[in-house]
Amino acid sequence: MRESWDSRERIAGRAGRVTGQANTSGDAAAPPPVGADLRISVNGAWHALTVDTRESLLDTLRDRLGLTGAKKGCDHGQCGACTVLIDGRRVLSCLTLTVSLDDESVTTVEGLGLPGAPHPLQRAFVEHDALQCGFCTPGQICSAVGVLAEAAEGRPSLVTHRDRAHPGGSAEPVITGALPLDEEEIRERMSGNLCRCGAYPGILAAIAEAARAGEGAR
Amino acid sequence: MTAPVTAGRRYAGAALDRVEGLDKVTGRAAYAADHRPADLVHAVAVPATIARGEVVQVDVDAMLKRPGVVAAIWHGNAPRLATSDEELAVLQSRRVAYRGQYVAVVVAETPEDAREAARTLRIEYVAEEHDVILRADHPRAYRPENVNAGHPSDTGQGDPDAALAAAPVVVDEEYGTPAEHNNPMEPHATIADWHGDGLIVHEPSQNVSGLRATLASLFGMPPGHVHVVSPHVGGGFGSKAKTLPHTILAALTAKQVGRPVKLALTRRQLFVATGYRTPTVQRVRLGAEPDGRLIAITHDAVMQSSTLSEFTEQTAVPSRVMYAAPHRRTTHRVVRLDVPTPSWMRAPGECPGMFALESAMDELAIACGVDPVELRVRNEPAAGPESGLPFSSRNLVACLREGARRFGWAGRDPRPGVRRRGRTLIGTGVAASTFPALRAPSSATVRAEPGGRYTVRIAAADIGTGARTVLTQIAADALGTAPAAVTVELGDSALPPAPVAGGSMGTASWGTAVVRACEELAARLEAAGGTVPDGGLEVTADTGREVRAQERYSRHAFGAQFAEVGVDADTGETRVLRLLGVFAAGRVLNPKTARSQFIGGMTMGLSMALLEESIMDGRFGDFLNCDLAQYHIAAHADVRDVQAYWLEEEDPHLNPMGSKGIGEIGIVGTAAAIANAVHHATGVRIRELPIRLDKLVR
Ligand code: FES
Ligand code: FES
Repeated sequence: MRESWDSRERIAGRAGRVTGQANTSGDAAAPPPVGADLRISVNGAWHALTVDTRESLLDTLRDRLGLTGAKKGCDHGQCGACTVLIDGRRVLSCLTLTVSLDDESVTTVEGLGLPGAPHPLQRAFVEHDALQCGFCTPGQICSAVGVLAEAAEGRPSLVTHRDRAHPGGSAEPVITGALPLDEEEIRERMSGNLCRCGAYPGILAAIAEAARAGEGAR
Repeated sequence: MTAPVTAGRRYAGAALDRVEGLDKVTGRAAYAADHRPADLVHAVAVPATIARGEVVQVDVDAMLKRPGVVAAIWHGNAPRLATSDEELAVLQSRRVAYRGQYVAVVVAETPEDAREAARTLRIEYVAEEHDVILRADHPRAYRPENVNAGHPSDTGQGDPDAALAAAPVVVDEEYGTPAEHNNPMEPHATIADWHGDGLIVHEPSQNVSGLRATLASLFGMPPGHVHVVSPHVGGGFGSKAKTLPHTILAALTAKQVGRPVKLALTRRQLFVATGYRTPTVQRVRLGAEPDGRLIAITHDAVMQSSTLSEFTEQTAVPSRVMYAAPHRRTTHRVVRLDVPTPSWMRAPGECPGMFALESAMDELAIACGVDPVELRVRNEPAAGPESGLPFSSRNLVACLREGARRFGWAGRDPRPGVRRRGRTLIGTGVAASTFPALRAPSSATVRAEPGGRYTVRIAAADIGTGARTVLTQIAADALGTAPAAVTVELGDSALPPAPVAGGSMGTASWGTAVVRACEELAARLEAAGGTVPDGGLEVTADTGREVRAQERYSRHAFGAQFAEVGVDADTGETRVLRLLGVFAAGRVLNPKTARSQFIGGMTMGLSMALLEESIMDGRFGDFLNCDLAQYHIAAHADVRDVQAYWLEEEDPHLNPMGSKGIGEIGIVGTAAAIANAVHHATGVRIRELPIRLDKLVR
């Protein structure tokens, strides 16, 4: 007997003949790929592209533009290795569809500095040994650039008003100008960027140094 | 006695920045998945959705009609491979040995098309009942002949049962560690490219020489026809040390389609066929005099492996090394289940085993009313407790004393559950660490150019350890030049063969070969009047004889870890407020990269203590929480104050550098120190990791 199954529930504990699709519950044939034309600036250079509408910015950068600095650690928005900047704000490029970025400006780790002329944060990462394998590092650095900018703009994090009576309460956060980045702030704001090598203390020191120097926000 | 420690060291011991640091921070360092050869196609491995049974049919024809699909391969149309290794015999059989085993691969022009194709490939199975849950009393548990790293399964001395029956103080408890996954940030990926009769493989590998040999034998070629390229590896922690099925699948697929193939595993796939730490069930019994002096130690451990191959973690092995006691026994049992094959994860054996032993020692300290630091000092052995061999060096006591001083241990009130800051219960704990100092034969080449530059070539791997940097320093000292004059080439199987970056033996093994090659080169240059001939001068060394002739010693690094925790009295939320480790690991060759290694290991230990747990779903036979949103690893906010220190340790019985490996010892003992601190804070003894809220809130 042939049968198809469409949920984990139906096959549970059952021995016998089963048919399944590898990873999905639906049988429907997928529609053919759709292309879209757009213009995108990456590290200051404009590109006219035709992209698959299913294509993530991460795949566009890596596979189409050859910018492999942004890394694919999970492809699910769970690790931060793919972090890039769009108009100075950090985004997870694996969760961003390229088709949504017509006329936008993207900065990747390659756009921040060169081995011979590194960004102050890049130099601080080397000095503080804020990396081991280096795989999370491009994401950490892009994220850190975003953090410095967020603080300079006075954008609060979860721990910014931690001393208030009702942290996370209903009051709208008040943006009052540049926020100091203490260690607690840096740890909190950087917690979307996982590092399995455990370089966190070095990352903290590197960002704290850049924050002190008032550099690196741009 | 091996050769004396290199005299005239200038750069070994210096805090050099990582030589590839700027490449990594600017995104220029190329990892395997960053390669894009022309004409590349994308492959996606298709996992079995049953835990045991057979594949009957795969609907290849329907798949080939889909847009962009180039091929769909399964057992029915796959080329045959020459191997008896069932783990690597991908698509060579209809059998399914575990859920998630690769049963097919689809290939398409774009990654999007390939993913879509893999998602919709129809596969017909005959499923059989499966058995995936480890229990200590599992009827199919058996004694393996050996455990990992070649240790005997069981050892014993004296009469531990009688000694325990008569002992004034006894601790007899069961401890457990869950399945844990390595989860390097870089997922495994292969780019396989055949040309003529040769195969080029870009693969993040801890062992390019080993991978080359395995690929050559599987595809029936001389090793010289296989070229493994792996200049940068995004972490491995053991999971990139063995040849894995996805690499074979990629090579086989590239051969079949006649184009270069990229096969990048998804994060979820990493939880299946790239290895993991087996769950363990351990019983530790300690018998002691009222003053804490041990009379008997037994450590019995039960682990799992797959039906494909036997891998038994050497969980009880550290109990053969740590403490003196006249009566002792260690045993290992393994159960073969319908699960993926476990493998090496940072400090296999020592890591889970020392959680149990060092938790039991804390329980004994309390039972005897002896300070936990003092208890360990009292049980210090004069020689290897089982082997009887002298230690080449052993400074556990000094680590404990120095750690206690730095941590502020003196005057600690041993009573549990009596310190409170607001809602937070505070406690401190200590545990010991150990890891063997091993060395394997290696070769290396060094070449001098007339302009004063040197190139060291060795098929070593830098997986984030700093190997490239440290080998540069070692070579500079041996050549009497500056590190800037030395280039180290590694991570390529075309270089002189070298052993795995594993077992914390990389630097010891590779460094010995580099020193010997440099010494020989320096001697030849001197004989030639100090000038490098126009064509350069090259020397190759092989340390096989030297390493095999090594004198018999018990060689281990030791350490002491101290933890302070805060536990929310209402919610049970546990935070590690401070973690401080002191290690004795021979000469530290680069304090900057070494500190990162120790702290990285301790951080992974913290993560293991509080967060990490892969949950096996008994009904479906797979790990339920197989992504980083559900399998938590320590994030930045979890890691507050982690400090690593080391003692200057002179040990002439190791290698020319006088160094012991440091990649793994940092994770050993951390979880026990934290669990002991949690007990001190709350009075609740956690014997099953991780330390979850629900285990603390009663
Ligand atoms: S790859 Fe985007 S968050 Fe992990
Ligand atoms: S440096 Fe390896 S994961 Fe962060």
